Amino acid sequence: QSSGSGDEALRDRRARILSRGLPKQKPIEGVKQVVVLASGKGGVGKSTAADILTYFFLLFLTQTKEVGLLDADVYGPSIPKMMNLKGNPELTLKNLMRPLKNYGIACMSMGFLIEETAPVVWRGLMVMSAVEKLLRQVDWGQLDYLVIDMPPGTGDVQLSVSQNIPIAGAVIISTPQDVALLDARKAAEMFRKVHVPVLGLIQNMSVFQCPKCKHETHIFGADGVRDLAKTLGLDILGDIPLHVNIRETCDSGQPVVISQPQSDAAKAYLKIAMEIVRRLPVPPA
Amino acid sequence: FLPERSNLTGVRHILLVLSGKGGVGKSTISTELALSLRHSGKKVGILDVDLCGPSIPRMFRVQDNDVHQCDSGWVPVFVDQDKSISLMSIGFLLEKPDDAVVWRGPKKNALIKQFVADVAWGDLDFLIVDTPPGTSDEHISTVEALRPYKPLGAVLVTTPQAVSVGDVRRELTFCKKMGLRVLGIVENMSGFVCPHCSECTNIFSKGGGEELAKHAGVPFLGCVPLDPQLSQSLEEGRDFIQEFPKSSAFPALTHIAQQILDGTSQRSS
Repeated sequence: QSSGSGDEALRDRRARILSRGLPKQKPIEGVKQVVVLASGKGGVGKSTAADILTYFFLLFLTQTKEVGLLDADVYGPSIPKMMNLKGNPELTLKNLMRPLKNYGIACMSMGFLIEETAPVVWRGLMVMSAVEKLLRQVDWGQLDYLVIDMPPGTGDVQLSVSQNIPIAGAVIISTPQDVALLDARKAAEMFRKVHVPVLGLIQNMSVFQCPKCKHETHIFGADGVRDLAKTLGLDILGDIPLHVNIRETCDSGQPVVISQPQSDAAKAYLKIAMEIVRRLPVPPA
Repeated sequence: FLPERSNLTGVRHILLVLSGKGGVGKSTISTELALSLRHSGKKVGILDVDLCGPSIPRMFRVQDNDVHQCDSGWVPVFVDQDKSISLMSIGFLLEKPDDAVVWRGPKKNALIKQFVADVAWGDLDFLIVDTPPGTSDEHISTVEALRPYKPLGAVLVTTPQAVSVGDVRRELTFCKKMGLRVLGIVENMSGFVCPHCSECTNIFSKGGGEELAKHAGVPFLGCVPLDPQLSQSLEEGRDFIQEFPKSSAFPALTHIAQQILDGTSQRSS
């Protein structure tokens, strides 16, 4: 029987050996803070929120000069459509990709590297290598914030991103449905496993108000995210209602916060952006 | 090379439910399709290969069930005494339902191969395979593992808006590359009718799925509207087809099932 200290020494040794294989975390050159937007579940509004929140960081934080938005969804890149950007990125003299810019935000996405209709039918290893390129082989310049829009799930991409770069905070977005909440919980668990701080939850598609009679319907359920937040000991950063404007403006490539800044939807996003910034650690000088 | 007697020998038709986009209602459509087919007297199995976000067990309220082994492999979970619908999902293999499966590709592929080969389905009229969003490891492995059993084809689900249609367009190309027949496109969350004043609002737009089907030359299986009773049924694990025949999504869902059935009878005749 080994003694207590013998056990501990064994555990330490095991941990050291296991960690040898893991990639070392290295910050992206020029980027001060990375905020990650994830959900676990697909289709809950990550990309929609990502581009709007990034815009807010730029607009309302006086110290913020430059922001970037990285679309890490290799299989279903939505950011090009939502930001009205198209085309292959130029290469700098150092062979880095120059991000495409719109609304003052520097964007990079798999969508710029492939044809619009071409699927990315790749296995995990190739995906990891693509994500590595999107992270490190982009000439981001000096960014105060880089927002990364994660794909749905808890797999290769999420792991690669979390293990390779230091992340200031993760925000998890969900709709009130059970199945979305289940996945949001898994996403929170995943971040815990890779030691990324979760800043809070966003409840999206919380309620729908009929434009004609103003009757409110909770199409996807009510308050599920609040209950989950309580269970996990996380804060709710805000609620976003279902509104035709949000989708319409996404489809046309102009985020609702720009086309309709006074709308309820825009105000909801603004509140969330402020809450996120409040919870981020003080950025390095 | 097809093994003489495999666990899939008793399965008459295999169909996959795919989408490029997440959150469009694949699991919902898989579930409702299974329920509709059951109501037409068919025996149905659902294989849930979404390892990161297994939604199917919850939609039948059997998320706390355990899975047992028999001589031929895993015994699927039956949703009721009837034994007309059986399920297999990683959700049953997790210790706690909220355990996260944070795996890289090769591990996922290994499990999917097992799921396809080692579940003792017995005799089924239909095996519906519910997939995660995208075109990645899970999809490639699933299609390759199912190939020897000649699946009927794939049903693609989209919502009407541009970002979804874009992703589903990619999925169509995936199907073509993998030699998987596309049975048709379903446009889900197509319009919301206010229960109070009956005004229809196209929250997620309208027509995108239908247009894509026309453009790509594949059958259009129909529009399913947003229906709070449907969402609720799924949350509570109820049989929507049995309990809400007057609800707004009912006609569309049963019509989709009917078209699938018509397709199979044409094939065998």
